[in-house]
Amino acid sequence: MDLVSFARGIGFEVALVVFCAGVVWRIVGFALLRFRRDFNEPRNSLVKAMIGGMVATGSRSWPHPEFIGRTGAGEVIGYSYHVGLFIVILLFAPHIVFLGSLLGVTWPALPSSVITIVSVITFTLLLAVLFRRITHRVLRLLSNFDDYFSWLITTLVIATGLMATAHIGGPYQTILGLHILSFDALLIWFPFGKLMHAFYIFPSRAVNGTLLSRKGAAS
Amino acid sequence: MADDRSEPTIGEILQTHGVSRRTFIKYCTAMASVLALPPLAGRAMAEQLLAAPRPSVIYLSFQECTGCLESLTRSFSPTIESLIFDIISLDYDDTLMAAAGAQAEAARDKAMKDNYGKYIVIVDGSVPTSDGGIYSCAAGRSAVDILSEAAKGAAAIVCVGTCSSFGGIPFADPNPTGAQPVSALITDKPIINVSGCPPIPEVIAGTLLQYVSTGTVPELDEHRRPKVFFGNTIHDRCYRRSFYDEGKFAKSFDDEGARNGWCLFELGCKGPTTYNACATIKWNGGTSFPIESGHGCLGCSEPGFWDKGSFYSPLSAPRWGKAGEASPRQVLEVAGAAVVAGAALGVASAGLSRRRQRQKEKLNADDETEEG
Repeated sequence: MDLVSFARGIGFEVALVVFCAGVVWRIVGFALLRFRRDFNEPRNSLVKAMIGGMVATGSRSWPHPEFIGRTGAGEVIGYSYHVGLFIVILLFAPHIVFLGSLLGVTWPALPSSVITIVSVITFTLLLAVLFRRITHRVLRLLSNFDDYFSWLITTLVIATGLMATAHIGGPYQTILGLHILSFDALLIWFPFGKLMHAFYIFPSRAVNGTLLSRKGAAS
Repeated sequence: MADDRSEPTIGEILQTHGVSRRTFIKYCTAMASVLALPPLAGRAMAEQLLAAPRPSVIYLSFQECTGCLESLTRSFSPTIESLIFDIISLDYDDTLMAAAGAQAEAARDKAMKDNYGKYIVIVDGSVPTSDGGIYSCAAGRSAVDILSEAAKGAAAIVCVGTCSSFGGIPFADPNPTGAQPVSALITDKPIINVSGCPPIPEVIAGTLLQYVSTGTVPELDEHRRPKVFFGNTIHDRCYRRSFYDEGKFAKSFDDEGARNGWCLFELGCKGPTTYNACATIKWNGGTSFPIESGHGCLGCSEPGFWDKGSFYSPLSAPRWGKAGEASPRQVLEVAGAAVVAGAALGVASAGLSRRRQRQKEKLNADDETEEG
């Protein structure tokens, strides 16, 4: 069995099983946790609090005006590479074929040249966020293995994808095998690391927003 | 090749056939361009060939379908006639030779004896090794036995076709005959693999011509294939590549995309992972090649091409199960089972956490009571 066959065969099967089981385990495990007992007199009704939660989800996904000078660049880079990742993953023809074979539906693709440009920009932005993480004193102190490994595994998928498209770094099928294998590795790592933020980020903002909107005295 | 004045040189033979030196140099220049050699190499090749005796070639057919030989007989440049009459001395080929039975075997024995250490062995077909190699025999001898004997005195072995190069279809799972490629059995001789099912005739002839004219093994890739013919993927040189780059794909063999000649990637074309010269040299004297005829590349010149899943499954699609075909239903079943298992694990771990939370709260409450 060659590398491509392994990566898109048994390697992908194992990765998908780990991904599905792991993600559901983490989500269900958190969803069923008990909230701390709230001894406060509710400031708002539950409905109002939930609306507050939704507002918080939106407002916390945007730079706070007071800090925009310090966090703006980081947020722009962060959002940009996420958009890049979505474009590359969802709108590149071979990826659509891949997803289509799993989901049973396909959609129109973007031209390969556009995908290549987006990939190069995304890769550059990923390098930029790593540089920022290493050079920013506070960020560096806050970072652990999870941050660097999650970055590495995401960047590897993009890098090998670019290498396969540009036919550099070795025979195409080897690089393609490494690309799919790195994606398999990403799927396996996903539920156990900070990549889970893809599932947690908005629900956790909503829950925090709801709690903060509910408790405390009304002014 | 080594000089042997007891044999007429290729130049002398061409002269008796009425082929002028000038014509031959033009022919060699054309061949040099096919082989992507520098312009002056054509003249050097001609000089070398004119002075060299025709090398003896022994063509062995084992576990195969004769498609490779059929392909070789359709070589346009050089033609099979010019190859076997002018360039090489085909001393044994049980399909093409007039002799049969003991006479044919005697011809092979004589060629091997007279040209020991200098002859070229061409192997067509894989070599079955199970059960004493009984699945491919000639004149009461197994293919393993015939190959071992012929390989001993060979200057080089040229494996024609994917079967002799990589095992091919007989090698496919479950490989009931224990088929092996030549390289798995012969390890002490230079081996050139000219893979393909079948290989392009000009590639077979060109590889032989290059070896005869230079006397050396050409530069090979990691699968021992001449880089000059196997240096690029079909996808790299495909005239439909621009459609791939534009994201225009045929979704079925009779849709508008197919009629417009769009890329066949989604229909399972293996061009991106297949190294061969189909898109440049093409077939039938440069008429066309499979993709030009509307069908995706099968990847027939790559090792294990038969066991890499459906020919119609796109390269980037996952290979689900042993058969290599993923259907949404199968994916749903496996992913569904994983989701259920994950949910059960989540419920269990949340239960544990809740219990721990309750215990902690109870402890805290007890502490407060004691303090009170």
